[in-house]
Amino acid sequence: MSLQHKDPLNLIITGVGGQGNVLISRLIGQSMVDAGLQVTVGETYGASQRGGSVASHVRISKDTRYGPITPEGHADVILGLEPIEALRILGVYGSPKTSVVTNIRPFYPLSVATGEAEYPILETIKQCIDELSAKAWYIDASEIALNLGAPLLTNMVMVGAIIGVGLLPLTQGMFESQLETSFERESLTLNLKAFRMGLTTLH
Amino acid sequence: MLNIAVDAPNTIQLLMGNEAIARGALEAEIGVATAYPGTPSSEIIGTLATVAKELNIYVEWSVNEKVALEVAAAASFSGVRALSAMKQLGINVALDFLANLNLPGTKSGLLLIVCDDPGGISSTNEQDSRHIAKVLDLPLLEPATPQEAKEMTKWGFELSEKISNVCLIRSVTRISHARGNVVLDKLRRMNNKAHFDTSRKPYTTIGFGEGAPRYHQALHQSLAQIGQLYESSPFNWYIGPERPEILIITCGSGWLYSLEAVKILSLKDSVGILKLGTTWPLPNELIRKYMLKTEKVLVVEEVDAFLEGNLKELAADMKSGRTWTFWGKASGHIPSFGEINPDIVINAVANAFSLKYTSRDPKYHQKSQEMVKKYVPPRGIQFCAGCPHRPIFWAIKDALKQDGREGVVTGDIGCSGNAVGPTGFYQLRTMHSMGSGTGVALGLGKLGQFGFNQPVLAPCGDSTFFHAAIPALLDGIHSQSNFIFILLDNGGTAMTGFQPHPGINKNAMGEPARAIDFKSLCEGLGVPVEVVDSYDIKAITQKLLNMLQDEGGTKVLICRRDCALIRARREKPLYKVYLVSDKCIGEACGCDRFCTRVFKCPGLFWDRNAKKAKIDEAICDGCGVCVDICPHSAIVREVS
Repeated sequence: MSLQHKDPLNLIITGVGGQGNVLISRLIGQSMVDAGLQVTVGETYGASQRGGSVASHVRISKDTRYGPITPEGHADVILGLEPIEALRILGVYGSPKTSVVTNIRPFYPLSVATGEAEYPILETIKQCIDELSAKAWYIDASEIALNLGAPLLTNMVMVGAIIGVGLLPLTQGMFESQLETSFERESLTLNLKAFRMGLTTLH
Repeated sequence: MLNIAVDAPNTIQLLMGNEAIARGALEAEIGVATAYPGTPSSEIIGTLATVAKELNIYVEWSVNEKVALEVAAAASFSGVRALSAMKQLGINVALDFLANLNLPGTKSGLLLIVCDDPGGISSTNEQDSRHIAKVLDLPLLEPATPQEAKEMTKWGFELSEKISNVCLIRSVTRISHARGNVVLDKLRRMNNKAHFDTSRKPYTTIGFGEGAPRYHQALHQSLAQIGQLYESSPFNWYIGPERPEILIITCGSGWLYSLEAVKILSLKDSVGILKLGTTWPLPNELIRKYMLKTEKVLVVEEVDAFLEGNLKELAADMKSGRTWTFWGKASGHIPSFGEINPDIVINAVANAFSLKYTSRDPKYHQKSQEMVKKYVPPRGIQFCAGCPHRPIFWAIKDALKQDGREGVVTGDIGCSGNAVGPTGFYQLRTMHSMGSGTGVALGLGKLGQFGFNQPVLAPCGDSTFFHAAIPALLDGIHSQSNFIFILLDNGGTAMTGFQPHPGINKNAMGEPARAIDFKSLCEGLGVPVEVVDSYDIKAITQKLLNMLQDEGGTKVLICRRDCALIRARREKPLYKVYLVSDKCIGEACGCDRFCTRVFKCPGLFWDRNAKKAKIDEAICDGCGVCVDICPHSAIVREVS
């Protein structure tokens, strides 16, 4: 998506504490800053950072600074690292114009693990997200990351996916050069690999 | 990633507000930076610590905020610029010193940066610390963006030096933890020299015939001088029409929300915004100039009506013959509690214009709300997998149940405070400020003469112990109060990101430090001290039961295990833990899903299809504690 069509472009990256949400919002944000854009990143989290929901609001503009929280109904793009977290964000910030790219691997809330609450089946989650968004893409990023030997790379696969489907004013080259300044050696190779897997999976 | 000490003027970095403050301090040639960790302030010192050696600055995680400010003040007295950073609850701890420091004043630039937590996202309160600037007659700055946070930090040192006193900067979560474009300036070459001039009159109000009132008077004069400087400050500006129908006066996080609200409601021809960065003392003339352009004022600020109240005071003194309608917290347009956000401000502005605003199609809104309610379970407060607090609180629950005298557990601040919830089995009966669990326990333990005969337990984290529990523990031992102090030693300040404390053998800058040994410290106080492994439920329960039998004053139990998150960074799991599937007989067991439903470790989950417990290998930390709670020995641990 380009800023010619929508300024500010409001991206919300959502997931669970520990999934590396904050890291990718920072990398995406800095890539855009390097491209001469104005970026603000804010985070919302609940009472608990330990296993709680975490959402990063990334607000991108050609020339205007925006606040760190997106107004209700103003999310343009949602990147879900966990499927019900993507739905949770749609519940507040979504509109019929919102696009969604989400990982499909659940991370159970404690109430589900203890048997007190139920986690919806994937088909139900997809139905809800499809109904609440303009377009939605689903990817088993956790599986791809596990195959690469590091479940923590799920976030990089997801960045690849969202850039691959063209939802951000960011090219493969721009993000890869950000990775190159942020990681070294083995860790760079792995992150690049995960990013490229995501890039081509939905492409 | 970014090195905060990079000397690349005019480059743009996406900095967090707290990193921008750290960068501002470096650009202002700071020498000393101190803090006690506390969300949302911790990254200021955390960032400076990473470059301390390289730039020859001294960075310290102090034992508490009062000591942090004292260490920073010592640098100021000796000609070295310093800052001390803390959360809103921390400034209360530092207040005793601060309320004395402000009278005789300082020498080199001294900043106190207080990061408020509106909404109490990571705090037990949502106090608005700006009032302290007014109470103590100190200059206050409120940044509205990370860029301003950096610039204000630099300017704050100059202001401080101009009046030889402390300058306060108040940030909030949405500034400290937000990232934004920040243009870097040149780094100053660090060339600090410290010397305390003993020929100068002492830094105190006592002993020279002048006394506090004289110093208080001088403080008012300094503040008037600051007010003059604020009139032309580049941190205050106005945008909007020449004669706005409504004037928004805002500061801090309210600025960008107000700007967006006016844009979304397409009201830029009728609304003006006066954005203030200098909020105590107020720039009276500047405000007067813009208030005289309108009769309706909407004040947008976070938490209390600090600005609103001061503006009303100012309006009463203006003698302009004009009366204003003020909207804000008193009128209910902006809530006087909790965080603000763009929607609150949009609705306040719409309300002021009697407009109806809906954020999105009502049908879509209703549908999305219903779906979330039906399918999206909340993610609540919990201890992590392998957390050493879980078995301790299980043992506490068990011991008190066996004891049967309705024991009272007084809780404390930090990760262990989560024991107020389900994963700590709802054990805490009180929890207030740092160390207060011990003080309250001591008080309960002295109520015997009024018929109080319940056992009292005070569990307290290691960092919290050093910060504020020691005086209450000493008092308890001295007065022979009958309670059990339980030290939850998990090897760091876990809640805020594993910062070191005096019990750790490394300091903030990674240099070797002398670790204070809890056991010898407590034994030195002459009371019985027992040490136990936090993962050993049986041993903790037994020791507690023994201690509960003895009513002869204060006892100490030290529970020792590193935080599972710290340990996982440097060691492999203790055990391989697995479930012998045919041994778990599920609902037929009679344990009523004990391990998942009651013990609630996130590493265990109830498999609805198999109707049995399972271990989630991706989450299980390998602590092996659950092996001891399964009544059917279905869980097995093997040394890995």
